[in-house]
Amino acid sequence: MPPVAPRTGDAIFANIERVNAELFTLTYGAIVRQLLTDLEEVEEVNKQLDQMGYNIGIRLIDEFLAKSNVSRCNDFRETTDVIAKVGFKMFLGVTASVTNWDADGTCCSIVLEDNPLVDFVELPDNCQGLYYCNILSGVIRGALDMVSMKTEVTWLRDVLRGDDVFELQVKLVKHVPEEYPYKDDE
Amino acid sequence: MQFFGGSEISPSPPAPSAPGNNGHMMYVFNRNGVCLLYREWNRPLRTLDAQQDHKLMFGLLFSLKSLTAKMDPTSAAEKGNLGMPQLPGQGCSFHSFRTNTYKLSFMESPSGIKIILVTHPRTGDLRESLKRIYNLYVDYVVKNPLYTPGSPIRCELFNTTLDQYVRGIG
Repeated sequence: MPPVAPRTGDAIFANIERVNAELFTLTYGAIVRQLLTDLEEVEEVNKQLDQMGYNIGIRLIDEFLAKSNVSRCNDFRETTDVIAKVGFKMFLGVTASVTNWDADGTCCSIVLEDNPLVDFVELPDNCQGLYYCNILSGVIRGALDMVSMKTEVTWLRDVLRGDDVFELQVKLVKHVPEEYPYKDDE
Repeated sequence: MQFFGGSEISPSPPAPSAPGNNGHMMYVFNRNGVCLLYREWNRPLRTLDAQQDHKLMFGLLFSLKSLTAKMDPTSAAEKGNLGMPQLPGQGCSFHSFRTNTYKLSFMESPSGIKIILVTHPRTGDLRESLKRIYNLYVDYVVKNPLYTPGSPIRCELFNTTLDQYVRGIG
């Protein structure tokens, strides 16, 4: 029997090396601050954070799979459930919930009530267009890309913009089938 | 799976004299068929150049996986023609095959990392060992900031750790 995939990430979270939460929050804040100085445009910072997240996600997926013993998910519902219950717990120490499914099961929301990235953060007036946690959407997109799912991830609600929770919309664009990568004449 | 070797008609190599030294070679492929790593410990005979050899190994696994899924008597889902591209999560997969002269163990992560270990035919189930190797790959390669994802692995520390680990496989 293969080992049963965990339903929550608590046990894994307890066993992996962690960094001090405040150090983590402040480091992330410093990165965003520096990007704002370097790129000047808030839009550009959003893009850059998303790209950084993507680059993290394509690596993080392997750590996630190796440490969590999760095998292939049967459908997208299971996938988002695993992200919310195991993934977020494992890497951020918080648990998210999945809601707002559309009829065909390809689009849903991941709701985060607690988000360690935004402790001590307030958006100043000139940064109102900033998606401060845009790195997270990039991470999810990158990680799912590596398991053959093209997705679009967008923020619907953001506590820093006055909402009561963080809400990420994850939309499955398509499954990419596995194909033989070589051409015959290579 | 057993090819030819069932009744020991054809000669097997002698059982390894000492524990350790069971590994012949190992491959790591990524989802695009790039050979990220090739390690060799004991391979007296070589018939192809390295690149051809890697391609052949990847092709073997790819076809065998497609075959095993096609032959699966338990899955009711519509399988399509042999060689049809598969969606992730579709179909079953094999984890090892044994011939009279070697055993090939195979693991594929959902992210498409394929780890192949070729050992002495009398080695036992290596599924846990392959998982352990996957963990080593994560710790030494994926977490290495100097490593560019998708490029061949050049990391001495990973190689040494791997050599040491494979030597310990019984």
